[in-house]
Amino acid sequence: MRLEPKPAPSLAITLLYPIAAIILTLLITSLLVLAAGASPFSVFYLVWRGAAGSQFALLETLTRATPLIFTGLAVAIAFRAKLWNIGAEAQLYIGGVVTVVLGTGLLPLPSFLLIPIIMIAAMAAGALLLLGPAVLKTHFGVDEVVTTLLLNFIVLLFVSMLLEGPLKDPMGLGWPQSSKVIAEAQLPRIIQGKRLHYGFVMAIVSAIIVWVVMKKTVLGYEMRAVGHNPQAAAFAGIPVNRVLMKTALLSGGLAALAGFCEVSGLKGNLTLDLSPGYGYSGIVVAMLAMLNPIGVVASAIFVAGIFVGADAMSRSAGVPSYIADVMVATSLLTMVVAILFTRFRLRWK
Amino acid sequence: MRGSANSDRLAPPLALTLSPRRGEEVVNGFAMSPPVLRLSGITKRFGPLVANDAISFDLARGEVIALLGENGAGKTTLMNILFGHYVADAGAVEAFGKLLPPGDPRAALDAGIGMVHQHFTLADNMTVLENIALGTQGLWNWKLDRLGARERIEKMSFEFGLAVDPAAPVGSLSVGERQRVEILKALYRDARVLILDEPTAVLTPAETDALFATLKLLVGQGLSIIFISHKLNEVMAVSDRVLVLRSGRLAGERVTADTNRGELAALMVGQEVAPPPVPPSEPGPLQLVLNAVSTEKRGSAVSLDRISLSLRGGEITGLAGVSGNGQAALAALIAGIEAPTSGEIIVRGSAARDWSPRSALSAGVARIPEDRHAVGTIGDMSVTENVIAERYLTPRFSRGGFLDWKASRAFAQQIIADYDVKCPSPEARIRLLSGGNMQKLILGRALDPDPSVILANQPTRGLDVGAVGYVHRKLLEARARGAAILLISEDLEEILVLSDRIIVVSKGHLSASSARGERTVAQLGELMAGHGMEAA
Amino acid sequence: MEALDILLTSSFWVAAIRIASPLIFATMGELICERAGVLNLGIEGIMTVGAFAGWFTVYSGGDLWTGVLVAALAGAMFGLLHATLTVPLGLSQHVVGIGVTLLATSLTYFTYRLLLPEVTSPPKIEPFQPLAIPGLSDIPVVGQALFNQTPLTYLAFVTVALTAWVLYRTPLGLAVRAAGENPSAVEAQGISVTAIRMGAVMAGSALMAIGGAFLTMSAFNSFFFEMINGRGWICIALVVFGSWRPGKALLGAILFAAFDAYQVRLQQFTGGIVPYQIFLMMPYALSILALILVARRATYPKALMVPYQKGER
Repeated sequence: MRLEPKPAPSLAITLLYPIAAIILTLLITSLLVLAAGASPFSVFYLVWRGAAGSQFALLETLTRATPLIFTGLAVAIAFRAKLWNIGAEAQLYIGGVVTVVLGTGLLPLPSFLLIPIIMIAAMAAGALLLLGPAVLKTHFGVDEVVTTLLLNFIVLLFVSMLLEGPLKDPMGLGWPQSSKVIAEAQLPRIIQGKRLHYGFVMAIVSAIIVWVVMKKTVLGYEMRAVGHNPQAAAFAGIPVNRVLMKTALLSGGLAALAGFCEVSGLKGNLTLDLSPGYGYSGIVVAMLAMLNPIGVVASAIFVAGIFVGADAMSRSAGVPSYIADVMVATSLLTMVVAILFTRFRLRWK
Repeated sequence: MRGSANSDRLAPPLALTLSPRRGEEVVNGFAMSPPVLRLSGITKRFGPLVANDAISFDLARGEVIALLGENGAGKTTLMNILFGHYVADAGAVEAFGKLLPPGDPRAALDAGIGMVHQHFTLADNMTVLENIALGTQGLWNWKLDRLGARERIEKMSFEFGLAVDPAAPVGSLSVGERQRVEILKALYRDARVLILDEPTAVLTPAETDALFATLKLLVGQGLSIIFISHKLNEVMAVSDRVLVLRSGRLAGERVTADTNRGELAALMVGQEVAPPPVPPSEPGPLQLVLNAVSTEKRGSAVSLDRISLSLRGGEITGLAGVSGNGQAALAALIAGIEAPTSGEIIVRGSAARDWSPRSALSAGVARIPEDRHAVGTIGDMSVTENVIAERYLTPRFSRGGFLDWKASRAFAQQIIADYDVKCPSPEARIRLLSGGNMQKLILGRALDPDPSVILANQPTRGLDVGAVGYVHRKLLEARARGAAILLISEDLEEILVLSDRIIVVSKGHLSASSARGERTVAQLGELMAGHGMEAA
Repeated sequence: MEALDILLTSSFWVAAIRIASPLIFATMGELICERAGVLNLGIEGIMTVGAFAGWFTVYSGGDLWTGVLVAALAGAMFGLLHATLTVPLGLSQHVVGIGVTLLATSLTYFTYRLLLPEVTSPPKIEPFQPLAIPGLSDIPVVGQALFNQTPLTYLAFVTVALTAWVLYRTPLGLAVRAAGENPSAVEAQGISVTAIRMGAVMAGSALMAIGGAFLTMSAFNSFFFEMINGRGWICIALVVFGSWRPGKALLGAILFAAFDAYQVRLQQFTGGIVPYQIFLMMPYALSILALILVARRATYPKALMVPYQKGER
């Protein structure tokens, strides 16, 4: 059995295989639903209804999609340069920490100053957090997968320590949570009374900016070249290590913005369960979008819809909500296989 | 072209003779026993490319056949089919009268076919014994029989005159020693047919002689040999019969004793090809000087030790040598990838301060790398993106951090037109281009800024005849424009045809340079083997 | 000094060996995969699967060793998934590994919730009991630690010996090591690289799953979420630290476990002065440190993470 490269595929083919991947995912998920004693059709319908069947559902999906767009972008940028950033979870939390440190009254500034300052500080924290593993990769040859993964655990413990210590909310009845950020540090809601906040707009804007950077700037070109073939890039004079550093800074910063948005726009304070795995889901979001920044918006909404819809479905149909995680993980694997078949043909010789 | 008058200067031929067994009829010098190998109508396609087209031939017992042809003629593909790495689309292979199941290296090995691959199939982290024993004992055996294997290896080593140390880790062996291990590997499995794929590409002339002596011994023991090569003189020296492949077809079959270099060259190429005329030239000013330069020692690779080199404009300096003697280090140095650990690099009179690919490029050094796939191009990026890879920061292609794709595409189209590159569009992924077209693109990219120094590292490796000629012509044109060219090539004939001055590299040291025609091939061979190297 | 006296007590080393056992299984499993040339990032998820599968088998009425077998089979299945995508299809080992971890973990949690919907606290099983080896277990300090452990711990040590034997003294091990160094060497000798790599990944994954099962069937007696807690990633660091050699990796695992056991006791000493999270961070930080220390000299299997295409030269 061997793989034979196909000439550049048509747009139809490029879409056909991912659709096949989604269908395969639905089939596999149906088996699990059947095992749970429920009807796949009713379950999928309930998921759909929970995700987009009403204005409330749709807004909830978009709210959930906001941090996923940021982590998806973070992962997409990094993976494009073959920098395996599995630490978006830690970078997200660090963004949340900075938000709370600066936004709970330390800086008595008006909104239009405070929010940008917090954003920049959060991005800087996330950037530096990923810079460590990046430097270890370029100068010490240490695989960044393991270092970023281990950092996730370290940072989460660090946050736990802060929440039980210096950042503890004095009026929180002893729960490990931080104080609420002041009104000037909060991202306003888009619609009064609903949960969707301006972080969503920021996420879309970020996606567009990332797309422009990747396609039209020198840095984007360098990142893509380094990701495809670092040896050839170095030969041509592209400063590979410096490009990887810049990639790490951008990627870490974007993931930290996810944390900032969740604290400032949605929750208002920092708790240990700020993120139900957005950092890891960001990997799936990025791969489903084939590392394309605009695609990330679509796949983030898709993945968010699955989680939101599954939560709602689980309450009425009794199928464990973890079915969403299974669906998302399965779609990652089927997608990756589908992408392969858009570029290669299988030969049985 | 190859096989021209210059090859008269190569090592004198080693004649191999076969003594027929008593009582057997002899035809054409061979015992009339059934053929040990018969290939019938072997055809293999890779997409639209026909690599082998209905090839048929027999191999008699004790015979040495040379499979001759240019790069891309289909020789290695054919042998890979024979050995079972590939499955043919049509045709069959019979070994010792029995049909060989296709695509099964194990079956080929069991049938007595052994192959010494061009790129050695050895695991560096294991010993010689382990490499040879790999796959020879039952995979589910509870214990590896080291003692028995060692005994057998030592016995065969002695019997065939292939000295190896079974306990030596392969990673520490020289190229010649590795080849001996590869041959022993095949003999250990009782190979009766031995296929050697370009075995002399990495050997010094002396090691080549040793190899031919070994082959003579093996033939005397009844082995039959298929010898792949593109070097005419070796083919003439070693084989009983020559099969010439051209563009996947069997272009001709000759008994070696009845043919000559010229006829074979014509068959290989399909026409009489004369070497390009090399007009005389006046060497110009010094463009690049390396002064007592050393490079860092990395692992087992050869590094440079206080070498000095001068390149003059309007002149082609050829670097001859067996691969693995420091060419890679020198190329990396001039390309800017390696910075010197001592000594200085002087470009047109001024010493370079920081040395990197970018400083080399701005100093006017054009680089044609050895490996166009791994280093020269970024396979998954478009032709346009590849073409600006060395100059994307110049105002022509980018401004204020943003790339000017329009100008880049125009540049790509210009190169495609000027250098006759066949590609679907400037946006096509560059890995879709053939080797020759890719090399033309690299050439165009390198020569466009009218460089003062050109590093051409194995510029014609793996190219078909047409592309080779094209590259040579372009290099000569650059030479006429006054560029200083360093030509690094494992192909001694190419060096001899093109170079105005020749330097030999051996074990990280450079010889003094000699003018065209000043040294004989034998003298060059001596230098390549490391004898008589005075520091330049 | 009291803090160091701990190192001389028997109970400390008993705890250390117990903590090391799941690490030993999983590290051997990953070592086998990487020696064959495949980085298996599914380790964290596969350990989760093993933990649940083994425990659930016993919970449903099976005996302990059947539980271990079921765990191993479950691990091998996920290993097969990983291997199918990375070996013949040559997909990115990084992405597939993360995908397998996510899938294995989520499938486990889903199944757990499905089969045990109403539980508030994790149900318990009767785990492996320590089995003292008479005579040897009376040796001071190390006797209890090495010879009064559960049978699964003994199996862990046997696994190390077996892995070392197979890798270095059998023809199969030779093929595995060659596949991770230069797959064309394997193919040229008539052995299928695909078969060797897939087999290695499946076998390695089975071991990883047994490592997970140790946690629910020997160290503790119930399954709870997040129980693997990054041990899988630590084992990846341990493989590098052990230079891909079973004996050295075993030492690394024991050293690491000793450190982990020690930090628990350190916590007790420092009372409430130092936040307990600092101590919990140490294993992860230590793993990163270990990676940095050996990175320069790391002799990676040359063909690690390089997909092999048959016949391509």
